[in-house]
Amino acid sequence: MTLALLLEQLFNGVQFGLMLFLMAVGVTLVFGIMRVINLAHGSLFMLGGYFLMAALAWTQSYALAVLFALIGGALVAIVLEIVVLRPLYRRGALDQVLATFGLSLFFNEAVTVIWGRESIPLSIPPFLTGSVEIIPGAAYPIYRLVITGVAIVAGLLLYLLITRTRVGALIRAGSDNREIVAALGINISLLYTLVFALSAMLAALAGIMMGPLLSVEPGAGDPILILALVVVVIGGIGSVRGALVGALMVGIFDTLSRVLIPLVIQTNATSALVGMAVYVLMAVVLLFSRTGLFAAHRG
Amino acid sequence: MSEFVLETHHLCKAFGALVATDDVTLGIRKGETHALIGPNGAGKTTLVGQLTGELRPDAGRITFDGRDITDLPTARRARLGLARSFQITSIFDSFTAEGNVALAVQATEPHSFRFWTPAGRIARLRQPARKLLADVGLDGLGHRIASRMSHGQHRQLELGMALAIHPVMLLLDEPMAGLGIEESRAMSQLLASIKGRYTILLIEHDMDIVFSLADRISVLVGGRIIASGTADEIRNHPAVRVAYLGEEDDEFDADG
Amino acid sequence: MPLPARRGALLLVLLAVAIVLPPYFGTYYTRFATQIAIYGMAALSVDLLLGYTGLITFGQAALFGVGAYAAGMLTVYGITNALVAWPLAMLVSMLFALAIGSLSLRTRGFQFIMVTLAFAQMVYYFAQSLRNWGGDDGFTVPQRNDLGYVSLANHTTFYYVVLALLVLVVFLAHRIVRSEFGMVIRGIRDNERRVAAIGFPPYRYKLVIFVIAGGIAGLAGALMANHAKFVSPATLSWQLSGELLAMVILGSANSLIGPILGAAFFLAFRDVLSDFTEHWMLFFGPLLVARVLLVKDGIWGMVLRATGAGDAPGAPEVDCPELVAPGMDSKPGRVP
Repeated sequence: MTLALLLEQLFNGVQFGLMLFLMAVGVTLVFGIMRVINLAHGSLFMLGGYFLMAALAWTQSYALAVLFALIGGALVAIVLEIVVLRPLYRRGALDQVLATFGLSLFFNEAVTVIWGRESIPLSIPPFLTGSVEIIPGAAYPIYRLVITGVAIVAGLLLYLLITRTRVGALIRAGSDNREIVAALGINISLLYTLVFALSAMLAALAGIMMGPLLSVEPGAGDPILILALVVVVIGGIGSVRGALVGALMVGIFDTLSRVLIPLVIQTNATSALVGMAVYVLMAVVLLFSRTGLFAAHRG
Repeated sequence: MSEFVLETHHLCKAFGALVATDDVTLGIRKGETHALIGPNGAGKTTLVGQLTGELRPDAGRITFDGRDITDLPTARRARLGLARSFQITSIFDSFTAEGNVALAVQATEPHSFRFWTPAGRIARLRQPARKLLADVGLDGLGHRIASRMSHGQHRQLELGMALAIHPVMLLLDEPMAGLGIEESRAMSQLLASIKGRYTILLIEHDMDIVFSLADRISVLVGGRIIASGTADEIRNHPAVRVAYLGEEDDEFDADG
Repeated sequence: MPLPARRGALLLVLLAVAIVLPPYFGTYYTRFATQIAIYGMAALSVDLLLGYTGLITFGQAALFGVGAYAAGMLTVYGITNALVAWPLAMLVSMLFALAIGSLSLRTRGFQFIMVTLAFAQMVYYFAQSLRNWGGDDGFTVPQRNDLGYVSLANHTTFYYVVLALLVLVVFLAHRIVRSEFGMVIRGIRDNERRVAAIGFPPYRYKLVIFVIAGGIAGLAGALMANHAKFVSPATLSWQLSGELLAMVILGSANSLIGPILGAAFFLAFRDVLSDFTEHWMLFFGPLLVARVLLVKDGIWGMVLRATGAGDAPGAPEVDCPELVAPGMDSKPGRVP
């Protein structure tokens, strides 16, 4: 275990964590503002990858393909919000969980119908291949650096949106008291659609960026969704800051444990411990604070 | 043994910049009916929450029957004899009226880990429940599903459930809330009938009830107790009149 | 015919159908009915948590799978007597339920759902890592358990054993939800805050029902290991947890019988549609969404209403009709 290797894994952890952040922030925003549990969020991640793949077959420009994939994700999200989510706002958790679960089943099967069951490898765009020496002796893939950068930028833009713009203020206000915001004449429906589309696009973006790293396959979003949920539990529901901290914790913890545990424990149980590490972390956090680290203060 | 059943000592609670409970020291004497009044937003709900264990105070202590209960969970406080009724009706909707009270009676047992005998057939639960229903004026309505009862009947049920757990002290949170004239009168009589048998902390807006029932009154404004004393003392207290100015200050002058 | 008697008659008819029909139609249907009974039992365990306690758990498949793994492993190790293996499998599931529940039940609502899901995933990954037991592929169970001298290799014999166990579980669950303990957990479903305010510490009671439900799911899992003679991590997947929830809601929650009918519906739906297309899930997903958004009632509720055994007209939305306990003097189908 050289320093270079450790650093590389640390970077990987941060990068993975930032992807999880893109997913988790969508979950936490949608729940915090609309009080909706969306188990179909993983499907949007998966569709991001599929749409990218489809768009790449269609246009030679990678940038254009990314744009089309994002638009596709947003469109799916808008349709979903209007048809399925809206009736769910007034319903209880059970209805939301089951309806969005049903949606995720549908999407997993739908991509199988259109693109087959096989896992489809996506290649890294040619202009982003290769590595760069971040410290002497340690070469790190350019692609991973770029997507880390994109995730950071997306996170900053989101932060600016929420804290500096009028829409962001409405989002925050709507989270605390939707009646007052509605009474102010703001179109709450439109706001909700916007928030949902935003969260979906973040998920799709994560899917687009992870596509070349993870391969595109039915159900690709499910393990990511579950980790995103763990992040939200750890970070605290409704807290964007919690989503960031939680995501980085989970990303780094998961990545490092996969590397370090086999070094320390050399038994058959190793791979079990590795997969379970993140959940142990979640259990520890729960013992410490049953609402997560940064539970948003609800009146 | 202290003369006080419930005491708070310098209780404080703030939500960010909003101080909801500001150094509240209160003592409820055994057997007395003590009313807590105050304008909306004074912090009554927060105080009640801390007394019942649903909210943690930032500072200060609460003692019940001489015992420090500040860190005790809600269920433990109920078992020690602190019963409450809720301001917004909080009952078991899918149960019958009798079932609601029977469950409260059941709560007085050491535990309920009995899995075999149908609860509906256990006389030691049902009989006291029926009697309590009669006591609170719901005689004969035992079979009615709670969700299908009227608001006034709900308030009666609330009281019945509080009485069922053999309390030492009753914390009644706006028992008159939302009641019409007839119902108010009935509830008023009901409360008068149990007065003296229990120590009562009564949170109310209805001044008629307050002045007719309360032995002592405390006034909560902006999170602090600005006055505490007998009905007459409170009626003539300058700070209290100021606090209520613009609200119902004529209630103080009228036939009280 | 008074209401309680009507419902009792309905249940007898269902039981009679279950006893007579499947073997009459042959091995395929007997095996199919066995599968319905097994999943029905697992779904019933979910209903105890969902319909009666108000706990939405996305992790019951973990306890089902643990029971399956335990029974399978015991058989491989030579412990083939069902009277030993099945209770042991249940015990293991209950221990897992105790561990998962003691942590999960400290959370509420949204968090609880996610935490149960996460812990179930933990168990799933653990099973996948068991390389000696086939890892992701699972392992075959060499033989079915036996009841001493009675072998369960015969599908019909096994079916009747499973059916008998299902009836027993339904009966016991029925007693539990009507007992004093049952009143507390229903109180928790209706109003947990109130339950605490009258002096019941909710956590304790939730944990107990969680463990009981875990044991039932574990038994169902052990039966599954016997039925399929195969155990794999797929029995632990969160999709299965979701499917169990779907079965409960499709069949009518808060009814014990509903989940069994929901399981029958789900499996029949899958069986019939997969004759036409391998992509039957494409239709099930939207069906579930439609049921949640558009339909107010589950199968058992509809059956009761259709046969005049449901609650009186004008009653509030009854998505949870109940079995009736004889001797209750209150309105049938309601808690006294």
